[in-house]
Amino acid sequence: MTIAAIDRAPTEVPTELARGRGGGGPASKRVVVAYGFWIFILSDMVMFSALFAAYAVLRGNTAGGPTGAELFDLHRVFIETICLLLSSYTCGLGALSAERRQPARFFTFAVLTFVLGAAFLFIEVSEFAHMVEKGAGPSRSGFLSAFFTLVGTHGIHVASGLIALIYLMAQVIAKGLQAATLRRLLCWSLFWHALDIVWVGVFTLVYLMGD
Amino acid sequence: MLGRLSWAAIPFNEPLPLLSGAVVGIVILAVLVAVTAKGWWPYLWREWLTSVDHKRIGVMYVTLGLVMLLRGFSDAIMMRTQQAIAVGSAQGYLPPPHYDQVFSAHGTIMIFFVAMPLVIGLMNFAVPLQLGVRDVAFPVLNSVSLWLTATGALLINLSLVIGNFARTGWMGYPPLSELAFSPDVGVDYYLWSLQISGIGTLLTGINFVATILKLRAPGMTYFRMPVFCWTALAANLLIVAAFPILTATFLMLLLDRHLGMHFFTNDAGGNQMMYVNLFWAWGHPEVYILILPAFGIFSEVVATFSGKGLFSYRSMVWATLGICVLSFMVWLHHFFTMGAGADVNAFFGIMSSIIAVPTGVKVFNWLFTMFRGRIVFRTPMLFAVGFIVTFVIGGLTGVLLAVPPVDFVVHNSAFLVAHFHNVIIGGVVFGALAGINYWFPKAFGFTLDDRLGKASFWCWLIGFYLAFMPLYQLGLMGMTRRLQHIPDPSWRPLLLVAEAGAIVIFCGILCQLAQLYVSIRTRERRLDLSGDPWNGRTLEWSTSSPPPAYNFAVLPRVETIDAFWYMKRTGRHPAEPAYEAIEVPRNSAAGFITAFFAVVMGFSLIWQIWWLAVLGFLAAATVVLIAGWRIEREHEISAAEVAQMERASEVRHPA
Repeated sequence: MTIAAIDRAPTEVPTELARGRGGGGPASKRVVVAYGFWIFILSDMVMFSALFAAYAVLRGNTAGGPTGAELFDLHRVFIETICLLLSSYTCGLGALSAERRQPARFFTFAVLTFVLGAAFLFIEVSEFAHMVEKGAGPSRSGFLSAFFTLVGTHGIHVASGLIALIYLMAQVIAKGLQAATLRRLLCWSLFWHALDIVWVGVFTLVYLMGD
Repeated sequence: MLGRLSWAAIPFNEPLPLLSGAVVGIVILAVLVAVTAKGWWPYLWREWLTSVDHKRIGVMYVTLGLVMLLRGFSDAIMMRTQQAIAVGSAQGYLPPPHYDQVFSAHGTIMIFFVAMPLVIGLMNFAVPLQLGVRDVAFPVLNSVSLWLTATGALLINLSLVIGNFARTGWMGYPPLSELAFSPDVGVDYYLWSLQISGIGTLLTGINFVATILKLRAPGMTYFRMPVFCWTALAANLLIVAAFPILTATFLMLLLDRHLGMHFFTNDAGGNQMMYVNLFWAWGHPEVYILILPAFGIFSEVVATFSGKGLFSYRSMVWATLGICVLSFMVWLHHFFTMGAGADVNAFFGIMSSIIAVPTGVKVFNWLFTMFRGRIVFRTPMLFAVGFIVTFVIGGLTGVLLAVPPVDFVVHNSAFLVAHFHNVIIGGVVFGALAGINYWFPKAFGFTLDDRLGKASFWCWLIGFYLAFMPLYQLGLMGMTRRLQHIPDPSWRPLLLVAEAGAIVIFCGILCQLAQLYVSIRTRERRLDLSGDPWNGRTLEWSTSSPPPAYNFAVLPRVETIDAFWYMKRTGRHPAEPAYEAIEVPRNSAAGFITAFFAVVMGFSLIWQIWWLAVLGFLAAATVVLIAGWRIEREHEISAAEVAQMERASEVRHPA
């Protein structure tokens, strides 16, 4: 979050206060973009909170089907969690390298982030497939509908994050680490860390408390 | 290949929807032919469809809202007529399955595609101008928002001719809206059109929160912002916090319908009341998303036409923020009869009554602003005064409904219908009409005809009282809402009065159309050369009418609240400032093309043409990725060009 020097305030605002605060005039583009993206993340959190609420309401409604304790494999989920948390760490290192304009290190960490994210997704999909195989698919009970929707929505977010990462890496290859691409990378890393926070909620409320 | 779509989807045996569909089709075709014949496509494409200028986008939003108002109103008059004639042994002209679609479409269209576009359009037009800046935070995203909203409107109108609309009411409560009881495409039309337009609305919310909090003219601290900007901020915060709940709720219902899940089903552990709770956790904030900007418009209008600063600006701001927070704590009053118990009902009843306090503060502020002011009764001011009287009545019946024991008696009755029309017509619609009359000269450079404007106001006001006061009484007499057939002939006289009221409102709409027509015909005589036709107080009146693409050649420096009034008073205008080059955002077709593919995707999802839905989604995603690839999104207007445009528009300020 200390890339301020890269992207200075627009020239029409002479004051040094021009950060969109108080009477300082319009903020710089970087501040506006990151701020808008924060608001988007906030809205995404609200959507997840509705899904969490639905899960909390329906978690006991197993309709005679399997319960969480019978289905969840905590070891597997632990590895999954480690993958995602590590990917946030590499994401942070990648962001720092990008900020220091070190493309080679940036690409290394970006690829590592991608691999860890993909590993998370692979474990999640195989868990889902395993459950469906056992007859515990999303249409089995209210509990399972809520489970698959909550965890699956997070998974779709991770998947779109991975696609966006490839897209942004292509942008960096084509255009280099300039102000516009750095802004987009900043937004992407905000998104990726936010997914971590949601996962901490999922891990706690769904897996730990459900086991 | 075509999913559920076949020739059976077109209601050949029902003349009414087919006929109205044909009329709409012919009108659209005629417009397209006219545009082609006159060679207007390049102009339309360049100046409007691909425009990312917040003023143009605002005008298009308002246009969408007004067009859809005609659609929603025709539904209304059909229902009034049915209820007026289907009494006793008479069955009327709308069979139940059709009548159910009409009231569902009426509610959905009026909330999502009339009230929302009108309010968002006026915010789009006025907020950046009032903040003294050149555009919103994300201009291209703004265009995407507009066109996704239009996508939803288009899909909902397609249901008129292809297939049918939901028969569930505008809330779509399960289990009726589940696949088991609504197997056809009606509920899918409802869900997908609202999902797609809901994304547009959410993006608008993000855009405006970022704009208001991060882009303001130098010197404009929070407590120097015009009140309309404050109410817009509160409304957009509510959009960001509430619309994702609706998205999640509709997602769950869609998963129930498409993938056989059990969120809200009767069996396998579903819970219908969860839908109702989630729906109103969005739905009550939605009420304030609509009314807060209207409060803001009235604040501007009352101050301007009283020639005084707003009375107790700070209490107005705090009341706005108070309503913003409280609006999330009252959702359960929409279903006191759920059976949550006395404690829960008491809590929500008290919270609902408390909201009347900040609203009351606002009413007194408007009254004290008018007190000893030099009031000029132009059309916007008439709407403001009509609003104050009408809204107080609606608020009082609202407080009545917030008392759980009373609610148990009159819930789901015509009394409730009268209450929410009272606050929505008397509040939101009057606010939007006041705003349109108020800002029209700024948008187009000439004023609207005041005589016809006043005529439309009186028709709306009288029509409203005729149409809805009888419904209060009918509700107390025991008439429930959404009746296709009236079993008790003693209700008929009042229903006839309500029908007459609807016709008077129709006259009001005709007056507005006439007002537009006459004003455009005589625009040469009503040009607004000063840029400030009402002796305004806020920054939008400091630029020319219509404003240039960049709004302000030099960003204004704000030193007080009512910045422009202060500038006029102190005569602080540099004779000719040193113009600098200005960067304005380039046009972008991304919004329009994304929306085109969103229509393809939405329509295919409704009819379960899966391959086309996937193609539509991929195409829309590709457009987004291509748009996201661009680095150069602005083009520069040179200082010389700016100076030339400024001299040509001759902004004349009172010295």
